[in-house]
Amino acid sequence: MSESSAKPVSFRGGGFAPRSVRWIGVTVFVALILIAEWGTRSGWISALTLPKPSDVLDTFRELYESGLLFKHLGPSLSRLIVGAAIGASVGISVGVLIGLFSYIRSGLVPLVAAIFPIPKIALLPLFVIWFGIGEGSKYALIAFGTFTPTVVATYGAVDNVDRTLIRMGQSFGLSWWSIVRKIVLPGAMPGILSGLRISLAIAIILLVAAEMLGAQYGIGAYILEAGSLYDLERLFAGVLILSLLGVIVSAVIGLIERRLLRWRI
Amino acid sequence: MDIRLDGIGHAYDDFEVMRDIDLEIPTGQIVCIVGPSGCGKSTLLRFIGGLEQPKKGRVLQVGAPPAGCLNPLTYIFQDFALLPWRTVWGNISLVLEDHGIRGAAAKDIIDDVLARTKLSDFAEALPKQLSGGMKQRVAIARALAVKPAVMLMDEPLSALDSQTRELLMDDLVDLWTRQPFTAVYVTHNLAEAVRLGHKVVVLSRRPGQIREVVTIDKPLAAREFSDPDLDRYQKDLWHLMREEARAADAELIHV
Ligand SMILES: Nc1ncnc2c1ncn2[C@@H]1O[C@H](COP(=O)(O)OP(=O)(O)OP(=O)(O)O)[C@@H](O)[C@H]1O
Ligand SMILES: [Mg+2]
Repeated sequence: MSESSAKPVSFRGGGFAPRSVRWIGVTVFVALILIAEWGTRSGWISALTLPKPSDVLDTFRELYESGLLFKHLGPSLSRLIVGAAIGASVGISVGVLIGLFSYIRSGLVPLVAAIFPIPKIALLPLFVIWFGIGEGSKYALIAFGTFTPTVVATYGAVDNVDRTLIRMGQSFGLSWWSIVRKIVLPGAMPGILSGLRISLAIAIILLVAAEMLGAQYGIGAYILEAGSLYDLERLFAGVLILSLLGVIVSAVIGLIERRLLRWRI
Repeated sequence: MDIRLDGIGHAYDDFEVMRDIDLEIPTGQIVCIVGPSGCGKSTLLRFIGGLEQPKKGRVLQVGAPPAGCLNPLTYIFQDFALLPWRTVWGNISLVLEDHGIRGAAAKDIIDDVLARTKLSDFAEALPKQLSGGMKQRVAIARALAVKPAVMLMDEPLSALDSQTRELLMDDLVDLWTRQPFTAVYVTHNLAEAVRLGHKVVVLSRRPGQIREVVTIDKPLAAREFSDPDLDRYQKDLWHLMREEARAADAELIHV
């Protein structure tokens, strides 16, 4: 073949392998905020549409300096942690049981499917009757809301555990409990953790919903009050706190994933 | 401890997979099972290991397993079946933990089996860092750790390239020569069968029946890569199997 007809083979592999690139996430945030700041200052975004980011920041600082921030954040965090911990742990346990036992599976899968689409917020009055107007109903709402997505993610993850590993455990005479603890649970961990990402975001949403009813302090109460007064700066300051909470939760799960799932290829 | 198969027959619903299998697996010998695809080799091995029950016949253990034996019937799987979240060390300690062997006692056993499979330097590696041949050696080390009376191997080398396969066959011969073990070795590969088997059992196509049992007298250690004696055995086995394999292959088309 003559040299003139030779050309390099064109590259067509690559792509389809997203990695997380440092600082890009932060840059997107900063750029959006700068655009909003510039727009509100120069006037092409009216003050009624969107508050000035710098004003929101000021409000946030005031909130912090007056000590009110922690007065709101404290109860909210404890509700979130207690509620989500109950919901996630019951959800993981029930999900594992569904993944392991035929009768529990047949009995509970339709029930979970029936509960999943109910907007849990709609049940708030019911929870108030059952658990009182205090903390109990708030814990229950958050726990119930985190429970269903956790169950579904967990039993899906258990179903996906490699059966040959389980047969291997049996062929070495491992006890049932050892197989569950050392093979099923670690094998299901990737699925459980990605389910938790969703469940915990839902928990934050429900936190606000729960606090909109009969809470004196809490981020939800703060946002509700600001909203009813059309105080956009305070509304956005509250939303900022929720977003930060979401980012922190997601970062913590990312950290746990990196620690626990180092074995993945 | 010997294993005796007594009139084993099995069907999945109406789909008969094997019929009237009688076989003796004597202590200290490697019995290879060959046969066309789908003739029930893996199923037979699951019966021997107690992972499944045959519809007809019995699998008998004759005599007691030797002292110190933790898991008399121990598998080695084609796809290694290592826990990806445990290191080489952890994968072996997994099968000891349930017998209450921990700490120094476990360390003695694990060090010993790692040395025997030439893996001492890889104790802390995760399975994803190992090549296929090394993974299978870890699986062999894990099986050795429970001091099995009989090792049940289902195509243990089939997932490996042919060079690695040769190396691992040498390793298995070495292991056997130093300390004879009993094994049932299922394979597609006639070269593996004549290299490792004291007896080679040829199964017919489905429903699997024993067509012939070929005994190879040459000592394992004396068998070599492309040994002319073994080639003759291999050719005989292939003649036995060819018609069956062809028929089995044609059969799959209308199933
Ligand atoms: N759980 C099962 N249910 C129904 N049929 C099965 C089941 N397990 C195996 N079979 C059928 O039984 C036959 C024997 O299967 P088996 O896996 O034992 O064959 P094999 O000799 O190991 O085949 P290969 O050489 O492909 O590994 C096959 O036709 C298979 O389709
Ligand atoms: Mg098979």
